[in-house]
Amino acid sequence: MSAPNTPAAGKPKLKTSAMIASIAGEGQRTKPAPFGHALVELARSRPEIVGMTADLAKYTDLHIFAKEYPDRFYQMGMAEQLLMGAASGMAHEGMMPFVTTYAVFAARRAYDFIHQAIAEENRNVKIACALPGLTSGYGPSHQAAEDLALFRAMPNLTVIDPCDALEIEQAVPAMAAHQGPVYMRLLRGSVPLVLDEYDYKFELGKAKLLRDGNDVLVISSGIMTMRALEVATALAVDKVDVGVLHVPTIKPLDTTTILREAAKTGRLVVVAENHTVIGGLGEAVAGALLRGGVTPIFRQIGLPDEFLDAGALPTLHDRYGISTDAMSATIKGWLG
Amino acid sequence: MNTTPIGHNITLAERAYRIRRNALLMGEVQGQGYIGQALDIADVLAVSYFHAMSYRPEDPDWEERDRFMLSNGHYAIALYAALIEAGIVPQEELETYGSDDSRLPMSGMASYTPGMEMSGGSLGLGLSLAVGRCLGLKRKGSASTVYTLFSDGELDEGSVWEAIMSAAHYKLDNLIAMVDVNNQQADGPSTQVMAFEPLTDKLNAFGWFTQRIDGNDMDAVVAAFDAAKAHPEAKPRMIICDTKMGKGVPFLEAREKNHFIRVDAHEWRLALDALDAGRNA
Repeated sequence: MSAPNTPAAGKPKLKTSAMIASIAGEGQRTKPAPFGHALVELARSRPEIVGMTADLAKYTDLHIFAKEYPDRFYQMGMAEQLLMGAASGMAHEGMMPFVTTYAVFAARRAYDFIHQAIAEENRNVKIACALPGLTSGYGPSHQAAEDLALFRAMPNLTVIDPCDALEIEQAVPAMAAHQGPVYMRLLRGSVPLVLDEYDYKFELGKAKLLRDGNDVLVISSGIMTMRALEVATALAVDKVDVGVLHVPTIKPLDTTTILREAAKTGRLVVVAENHTVIGGLGEAVAGALLRGGVTPIFRQIGLPDEFLDAGALPTLHDRYGISTDAMSATIKGWLG
Repeated sequence: MNTTPIGHNITLAERAYRIRRNALLMGEVQGQGYIGQALDIADVLAVSYFHAMSYRPEDPDWEERDRFMLSNGHYAIALYAALIEAGIVPQEELETYGSDDSRLPMSGMASYTPGMEMSGGSLGLGLSLAVGRCLGLKRKGSASTVYTLFSDGELDEGSVWEAIMSAAHYKLDNLIAMVDVNNQQADGPSTQVMAFEPLTDKLNAFGWFTQRIDGNDMDAVVAAFDAAKAHPEAKPRMIICDTKMGKGVPFLEAREKNHFIRVDAHEWRLALDALDAGRNA
């Protein structure tokens, strides 16, 4: 850390990262632009794939596809409604558009276009959106804290929230193999590499137990699975045994696996999500548990129902309880 | 190229009459409907389906067909009337309009009706979808044309202008858009709700080949479609159609203008009689 800029407080204040900044921690293993590279690779054998964006190719790793296949790349300008409508039309003519923008713009600005032109017409459009949940320090304009709640409520739409570079690489061909619209929360730039240590294989619609534990079961998706694994390592020092069930497919939810794991007695069940606690994985799991007659002690870690602050991501993740340290402390507190 | 199999000798005016008649019959079944719009756009639909477009009634998904995209889903009653006349939807289904389990719902949707190419109704959507289809057709090397109909009220939607800009950017000469300027939207006369004129100048400035016609003058409609198809420049084509709500039924033409023209139960039969009187005049 460089010299503090708030001598009075004694503690240095972090600065908000630039747009292209990575969510990777310092020294963490990463891979560059896994989405862009995976799409380039897949497109070699799938000539129907086209890339479309609304002035965010460079910020969603689609520029890699655009460079490789300039005649299969469509720049639609800063116009997300047009983007989604045109993607529907493209798909209707037999193309498979991979469409990118930020999660806030897809979920909020273009929602009706996705709803009507893509989901209702059940077009084969793959929507990959960067800056999901709290992965930008720019404030609510760029923080898609509610994208999963909105997209979960949309019929026909498959919703996935990958954890790391490996999972994104595997999710891209899986999205293409699935006939129908898919929304993927996209991690772009230097993306952490975590799941290669867990002999992991992404399967659409499947939750995977990455590690078992007798005291706590964390059910998580996206980057919160990475955090949950770190929490498990940290709490092991204190002899707290934490299991991690990774649920990358938010819809359709793998209720069979969730109920099976949650039914194992004696464990605190914690759902951790990079999303508002309203309408995301936490409430989806809670509903599944209640409907399934499985009622463990249940807790949620997620973003509060408020407009989030601007600032540096590590600061914000601490503030809102989704950093590894904050999560560890919270879970220890629940265990008493 | 036009593969319309039935009634080559039927005049476009007769086709327009039959489309109006089908629409009135559907309105009578349901006791309501956007009949003012259906009557005003019947001439444009007659020219679309019986002069301009290629399609196979028995195979609505024929790959080489021209696509007709209805953005203003509430005009479904008009398009069903045309699809019935074109032989794509059976005449007997007319009686099911707006009923439970019908393939002819009040607002047009792609999965319900043969020949319905998109789910409209959320206004301002169609032109964006049409842009995507034109791009897709060009990728495939297809010679098909995309026709899309939208209403003047939709000009208020920003997405329409996004699509207008992009169609010119991509030089979509396989796109023929028709905007129905009946100057009536939900809250009143369209030009008073939001000033969109001068529309021809705007669209020209946006890079479109633009024509403005009386959309109820059959010769003018035919000439405009011919000119749109023949235009040599690599530009999208817009036909601004000034129309009269209720056209063909004088007492509806004269009725106080409203987005949803009220027709009393006994008046549907009177309207059909008035339409017939005009045909025989």
